[in-house]
Amino acid sequence: MPGTDRRAAIVGVANTAQARRLEGATSRGLAVSAALAALDDAGLTLDDVDGISGDATAAALLYDLRLGPAWLGRQFGIQAVTEAVHAVEAGEADVVLVVAAEAGGYTDRSATAPWTRPENEFVVPFGLFTAAEFALIARRHMITYGTTPEQLARVAATIRTHGSTTPGAVYAGRGTVTAEDVLASRMIADPFHLLDCSMTSEGGCALVIAAADRLADAPQPPVHVLGSGSDHMGPSYRNPPAWDLAGRRGGPVLGRIGERAVGRAFASAGLDRADVDVLELYDPFSFEVIRQLEAFGFCGPGEGGPYVEDGHIELTGRTPVTTDGGTMAFSHAGAAPQMFQRVVRGVQQLRGQAGPNQVPGARVALCSGGGAGALFTTVVLLGTDRA
Amino acid sequence: MTLHPQRHALPHAPPGGVSAPFWAGCAAGELRFQRCRSCAAVQFPPAEHCRECLAADLVWAVSSGRGTVYSWTVVHRPATPAFEVPYAPAIVDVAEGFQLLTNLVDVAPEEIAAGMPVAVRFVAVPGDLTLPYFAPAPSEETPP
Repeated sequence: MPGTDRRAAIVGVANTAQARRLEGATSRGLAVSAALAALDDAGLTLDDVDGISGDATAAALLYDLRLGPAWLGRQFGIQAVTEAVHAVEAGEADVVLVVAAEAGGYTDRSATAPWTRPENEFVVPFGLFTAAEFALIARRHMITYGTTPEQLARVAATIRTHGSTTPGAVYAGRGTVTAEDVLASRMIADPFHLLDCSMTSEGGCALVIAAADRLADAPQPPVHVLGSGSDHMGPSYRNPPAWDLAGRRGGPVLGRIGERAVGRAFASAGLDRADVDVLELYDPFSFEVIRQLEAFGFCGPGEGGPYVEDGHIELTGRTPVTTDGGTMAFSHAGAAPQMFQRVVRGVQQLRGQAGPNQVPGARVALCSGGGAGALFTTVVLLGTDRA
Repeated sequence: MTLHPQRHALPHAPPGGVSAPFWAGCAAGELRFQRCRSCAAVQFPPAEHCRECLAADLVWAVSSGRGTVYSWTVVHRPATPAFEVPYAPAIVDVAEGFQLLTNLVDVAPEEIAAGMPVAVRFVAVPGDLTLPYFAPAPSEETPP
């Protein structure tokens, strides 16, 4: 089959300005800015682009940027990145823009952000929203393993401190955040205090994925997708997020979601946990990092709390986690952009562009999205060298 | 401080066709769930087919309304202003073998514990909606 030996790589990344509110900004305006900045980073122009993906507005953006006829991706988050890689490697496109942005969508601050509130009949009248959904998962871990609020707070403190030293982070320059700070913040959904939760913000980001034969003049070294995986247990926020939810084949339960996906990713990459230099883990709530460390095999079941307490997720630790502050301190812009920002950060780390929070000599990054409260976890392994 | 049912009109998504008997049951004081006549599996939320054997031969049954707390949270920042805080979303293991998302009431937040026996308490909330809340179960009656 023609095209099967084609390889794709991530050749451009960009974040727009990120802020709690970007006065006067629109989602479309930010998307265009992010797209042009990522293309500039890749040394390409709109005329090179023959594919687009990112969120539900991608088709409209395709029309307004006059990219057609072009390939259109339909996936969400990390899977949109891997879908674009697969499309290029299958020969369906040469240069794909993955772009998403959000501004002006969250104005009623008396309610939680619109994308955090489910609308299912069995969920809505009980006041569920994302913090409560993820709290129901965290609670089971606390019941089973004795995981403590202090251990959760340590995760949030570590990631928020990473954001403090990241230029461009919404909470840049806030100084070191301690576990005591987290525990002293007001309670949102027990066991989550305010600082255990992601923020809400506005901003955009974009990535450019291109065929390897287009890379001769690329200004930045390409970052390769070495492996990927996706685990889903059903639609988000419609059914009870029960840790023990199981499928008919057996295998990992909901609380371990991502275990199968990461196994697939490592198998196709020919790598193992010890090969990973930096973990850009999706951090909607502090506990979700502890859960992923276990599900992804960086520590054993129930060992995630002590693992973070021992400092292993700090920049100087065994597995530095979410080095720009993630959704807690870098940005949590809408439903779609935040899902790409772990990949953008992974690329920055592998290029040596992570500034004061650079993990020295980083060659392999594991990036994730989703979470057990949302019934899915997706992962991608990035590398400076081809698998 | 004891958690209480909501007192104002709540947001509610319209019931799907397959779930209408569940909400009718709540209005009638019955906690209904589906049982498969082919493989005897019980399931909730309702669906057109059995999630175990895929048979479409499902019948509605009425639960004892008793269960235990599987997981819970106490919310202090409401999803929308319609909700008075604190309230306690929870997953209950219902005796007949299914799980249900609910809110715990008539209990102080600090008294909630994993495995705590609870029983359904139907509450008509403003907005033409009867919700199956769960409250600490009265102690089992001792036979004479």
